[in-house]
Amino acid sequence: MELICPAGTPAAFREAVEAGADAVYCGFRDETNARNFPGLNFSREELRQSIALARRKKVQTFVALNTFMRAGDEALWYSAADDAVAMGADALILADFGLMAYVAEKYPQQRLHVSVQASASNPEAIRFLVEAFGAKRVVLPRVLTVQDIARLTRQIDCEVEVFAFGGLCVMAEGRCSLSSYATGKSPNMNGVCSPASHVRYRQDGADLVSELGAYTINRFGPGEASGYPTLCKGRFEIGDVEGYAFEDPVSLDVIDEIDALRAAGVSALKIEGRQRGKAYVAEVVSSLKKALGASPGERAALVARLRAMSEGQRTTTGAYDKRWR
Amino acid sequence: MPSLPPLLVKPVDLAPLWLVERVARHLFSGVLKAHPDLFERLGAYRETCYGFSPVDLPLHFTVVPAMKTLAVSRGAPPLVDARIEGPLVLLLGLLEGRCDADALFFSRDLSVTGDMEAMLALRNALDDSAIDLPRELGALAGPFSPLVAGTARYIRGKALEGRDATWN
Repeated sequence: MELICPAGTPAAFREAVEAGADAVYCGFRDETNARNFPGLNFSREELRQSIALARRKKVQTFVALNTFMRAGDEALWYSAADDAVAMGADALILADFGLMAYVAEKYPQQRLHVSVQASASNPEAIRFLVEAFGAKRVVLPRVLTVQDIARLTRQIDCEVEVFAFGGLCVMAEGRCSLSSYATGKSPNMNGVCSPASHVRYRQDGADLVSELGAYTINRFGPGEASGYPTLCKGRFEIGDVEGYAFEDPVSLDVIDEIDALRAAGVSALKIEGRQRGKAYVAEVVSSLKKALGASPGERAALVARLRAMSEGQRTTTGAYDKRWR
Repeated sequence: MPSLPPLLVKPVDLAPLWLVERVARHLFSGVLKAHPDLFERLGAYRETCYGFSPVDLPLHFTVVPAMKTLAVSRGAPPLVDARIEGPLVLLLGLLEGRCDADALFFSRDLSVTGDMEAMLALRNALDDSAIDLPRELGALAGPFSPLVAGTARYIRGKALEGRDATWN
């Protein structure tokens, strides 16, 4: 299985390549990608240089243009696709059907991957994307069990990529409006979940309080591991109960399922984390690369230290090994 | 949480503010000169007034990248647009991109307040800049450059030992 690794900056890109990535995915510094955070992402020239570096090292570059085009502003997404193709991107990761149609018509030879943001999770939807736009790979939403994935891969005629490690969204990828409700901005349309402009942290005695817009998201006690300020991982009072309404602050780790995923027909494992630093990228990519080549018994030890770098300092197998609360 | 040994804290505590400020300004100016790409990635946030407060030193550092100004103060933290607090070695590790800021935030080793857009932009700009503080310090030391850079590298290695603070 290929290891698909994140890069938010050219420095992180180099780290991913050196640490053993088979492919690195990244995006432009604008709303065309779902990690549109300040100071992050690539200028045209930086991407050109990064693709050239990857080529020399026999590593592929996937360019994520995985937000949904805003009516009237389609030119931003079209020009990003034009530039990525001209620079020699090995694949474009797309979510918007209109953009898929544009790329499929204008660049029929360009390899097209279906982003997780497209939320394609059943054989009918995926077959449509393959037939209509020539999609070569689908990145599955993190809503399926390993058994679901195995059933799905048998019914479709394209490669399957799944998330293996990193940040974990609740189960409405590409359709989540929680961030929009609180801030007016969303990952789907603006490329930002919980935009930093609306995030505030404050110390209240020994507690850390995180706020998003007008909402208090969480209050972490002394020494308690913290998480991202997203509504889906907020701790709320519901009736008489205080707790995590949607999901705990926790990261995905399905390294224990590598063999089952391979047997299920998965072609590539994806690491989430374009918003993370190069130290994280280097550590996670090299650990997972080693884990892929290790025996099942050795894997847990190889990735155990990554838990400390994870949101909430805890990991879960999420929906892959469905054990609902 | 790593913290500076008292042997290092005491002299800094006793040193006159102008001296600490002078050394810090030299280093800051050297970093800015060697890494002009920092400004490009910072964008409009170069105008932000950033505060750095090491929890193990009785000092606060205030920086405005666009103005190329750095001030050092003692006592109450000065008013800034965005502030980061944590052990000095981790703040320096972040400056060099040797530590992952999110991981240190999750573990509560760091705390951030104020304008989070500006803080994120700075974090990402620093992470991409390949700053090497021992090399920058060495560059300021004239004929003693190899000695100063080597000593600084040794101290850095010891200070960050056991942390997830390395890259290829």
